[in-house]
Amino acid sequence: MVRYLLARLAWAVPIVLAILVINFLIVHLVPGDPVQALVGDLPTPPGYVEQVREEFGLDQPITHQLGLYLWNLAQGNLGFSFANRQPVLGLILDRARLTLLLMLPALTLAAVIGVICALAAAPHAGSAYDSGITALSLIGYSVPIFWLGQLLVILFAIKLRWLPAQGMITLRNTPTGWAAVWDVLWHLVLPALSVTIYYTAVVARVARASVLETISQDYVLTARAKGLSRRAVLWRHVLPNSLIPVVTVIGYNFGYSLTGAILVETVFAWPGLGNLFITSIGNRDYPVLQGIFLFTAITVVFANVLTDILYGALDPRVRMGQRAHA
Amino acid sequence: MSANILEITGLTLDYTARGRTLRALDAVSLSVGAGEAVGLVGESGSGKSTLARAALGLTPAKTSHIAAGEIRIAGRDVTHFSEDEWAEMRGDPVAIVFQDPLSYLNPVMRVGAQIAESVARHTPSLAVAPRVKELLELVKLPAACAASYPHELSGGMRQRVLLAIAIGCRPRLLIADEPTTALDVTTQAEILALLAELRRQLDMAMLLISHDLGIVAQACERIYVMYAGRTIEWGSAAAVFETPAHPYTVGLLRAAHADRDSDGHFVTIGGDPPNLAITTPGCPFAPRCAHALPQCATSMPGPVTMGGGLQTVRCWRCRPDASHAAADAAGQAP
Amino acid sequence: MRRFWARFATHRAGIAAGLYVLALVLTMLGVELLPGADPHAISAEVMRPPSPAHPLGTDELGRDVLLSILHGIKVSLSVGFAAALGATVIGVLVGSTAGFYGGVIDLFTMRISEIFQVVPSFILAAVIVALSGPGLVQVVAVISLLAWPQVARLMRGEVMRIKQLEFVDAVRCLGIREPVILAGEIVPNALAPALAAGSLIVAHAILLEAALSFFGLSSADIISWGRMLNSGQRFLYNAWWLSVFPGAAIFTTVLAFNLLGDALGSALNPRTVSGK
Repeated sequence: MVRYLLARLAWAVPIVLAILVINFLIVHLVPGDPVQALVGDLPTPPGYVEQVREEFGLDQPITHQLGLYLWNLAQGNLGFSFANRQPVLGLILDRARLTLLLMLPALTLAAVIGVICALAAAPHAGSAYDSGITALSLIGYSVPIFWLGQLLVILFAIKLRWLPAQGMITLRNTPTGWAAVWDVLWHLVLPALSVTIYYTAVVARVARASVLETISQDYVLTARAKGLSRRAVLWRHVLPNSLIPVVTVIGYNFGYSLTGAILVETVFAWPGLGNLFITSIGNRDYPVLQGIFLFTAITVVFANVLTDILYGALDPRVRMGQRAHA
Repeated sequence: MSANILEITGLTLDYTARGRTLRALDAVSLSVGAGEAVGLVGESGSGKSTLARAALGLTPAKTSHIAAGEIRIAGRDVTHFSEDEWAEMRGDPVAIVFQDPLSYLNPVMRVGAQIAESVARHTPSLAVAPRVKELLELVKLPAACAASYPHELSGGMRQRVLLAIAIGCRPRLLIADEPTTALDVTTQAEILALLAELRRQLDMAMLLISHDLGIVAQACERIYVMYAGRTIEWGSAAAVFETPAHPYTVGLLRAAHADRDSDGHFVTIGGDPPNLAITTPGCPFAPRCAHALPQCATSMPGPVTMGGGLQTVRCWRCRPDASHAAADAAGQAP
Repeated sequence: MRRFWARFATHRAGIAAGLYVLALVLTMLGVELLPGADPHAISAEVMRPPSPAHPLGTDELGRDVLLSILHGIKVSLSVGFAAALGATVIGVLVGSTAGFYGGVIDLFTMRISEIFQVVPSFILAAVIVALSGPGLVQVVAVISLLAWPQVARLMRGEVMRIKQLEFVDAVRCLGIREPVILAGEIVPNALAPALAAGSLIVAHAILLEAALSFFGLSSADIISWGRMLNSGQRFLYNAWWLSVFPGAAIFTTVLAFNLLGDALGSALNPRTVSGK
């Protein structure tokens, strides 16, 4: 297992480096003065621009700049956001927590629903019920998540008035204590639902294919031949094997769901990374944009490594590198 | 009321896929009594694997369908059992071992746990761990194997694990479907020897299925020969091998012996394998048979007993006055 | 080839999707070439709900929503096709070279494609467009850049598979040089799955363009469905039709291309999707 872990980490490191370099190159390859990209478009105190020029060595050869950039990053310096009056790194971490608060319940729910649907559809492969799942899955894949969010707002918040349309907390008479927790959860429902619906499509598709494939495997025949009850065959042989691709697809699609959450936040004015992203675009607060790119890209790499580790834990063939005899 | 553990009578089974029907088994009858070693021989597509699976209700439920006949296990009619009813009957008294062992073992479960499942299911009164150890010993595997995963073991070891799983069910009859096909020659011999010994020690009957005449001849007392989903000759192994009556059996044996004809060429069975999608009213071997009579194409011959009751064959060429017909069939040049 | 079309013909949803795409293209051409009402025309009929005069309503400047949607087809389809074309061309070139020559080129290509697979594409696209300015060219370029790895991987796999087949050796024995073999014999046989993936890339590109426009990262003078959703966001309370209809247009178009891509893919691979 240790060797496997090290191998996965070894894979991750060059990718993170590549991400850092890409981020660096964006600043220098787009038209305009690189200082613009590092400072943003807002009024800055006098001398700040020169300070940045010096800090990032903008009048130095590019390799020198790359070195300075990496050194700055290592110290956690992602720049300063004037629009938010905060260093970029701290700002991003604050908002990221709220995005995570949105994502995690949605992911969990999507995973559970997706698997249940797939298990329910499996015995009826090829029938209308099964085609229904495939169709719903395709629809979920094709719908723009921000439009889905808007539809939910129109239906549930505006027409039916069951749930709030925007924000994370009620602004008038803001509750405190336990009531505050309920308030946040109340506001969480619609945005999380958008992400859930979107993600269930991905999970259900994979789960269905996986369950169908597992059921037709030879070892299931052996299990039945032993005289095991249908339940035992399902729980001890089919499920553990069919869930492995499901777990890995959820993990490897973390980037997809993160993007989804970010898109959805703008519809609901949920104060997470997505909201920060769109307001920073409006403010031309470029250091924040870059910071968000770095943060999300590296988080996704991290999620990939975690998924790899989980995969290795679940499937002995993967962690042992399939050292099979003839 | 018979002492047979497995009794299959006139079984007809069809596969349907995308509107087309394949008759995989056509009025097949087979029986295995207590302690017997019976062989089932045929080429790929003859239906022998289907028969093995049908015997335990393991043919795919959606696409296969028993059109006629019955299957009895220990006297009980199991022909139309539901999956839940089957779960009671499988393992004990009839267990099955398959070929190609890697895909037949759960890749994420340790081998010991898979054997333990049989033990817990069929001998719940026994302590699991010691019994698993005992079973591993019986199949001549080191006890340490129990902690391994299937992909860590060699082909021969996996086949032994499958045997241990089957034996853990305490079966009175073990169906072995091509147990040695996926193995190299030396391992084949070991597994066969192991099977013989297990039979002896556990007083177990065996239905050995293979396309390899050699191993069936070695291990079995009675054999059945199948072609295109039909049993075309059966009887005591000695009789069938020494005096084969059906032209197909004759051809198989000559090919197996690597006989040469007058030109020095190896003797083969000419023609193409049968197309199971087309059900012929006559003998399915007729198109390839050098001795075909006009009625061979139009009606399936009934069973004819020869050689003093030791051998039965379905062939228009064969009459109860056994010896002449057999000599005729065997003597003519292809 | 005929078998491919025969298999495709059995996929009813795929055919419907194909017809829909055709209809879209024709509508787009019709709207461009035939004179008609100007979608940019501002009128006094501001924020009207759907009615016989304006079947899909009007927006905050009195512009007819239906007209805007029809004119918006152009942006979506052109960005979709252009990006898919770009990605396919780059992907085919890179992937087939990597698959054929192997070695360092292969390693390098695979690493790069892994990077682009891992990185969240929308965010990268948004950052680049935000920095370099909105404009269709930038958007197409960015999407192509993010999508080519997918095509490259497919191409590489196919080329590696075909390169092993015997007919390649046969051709080599005729004395034909390697690059010619690659271009003339291998690539044409390997193209099919790459083309099936093309439809899926169009779908992905349309979604990406819509998302970018929704975030305000598109030019204000070009009518785009995503941009309509962006303005519609402000009026969710009083003008639901400004969001529902443009979004529906995006949804149906993306769905059509996804279906088409799936149908092409399964027509190429005879093994059925439903469990045996």
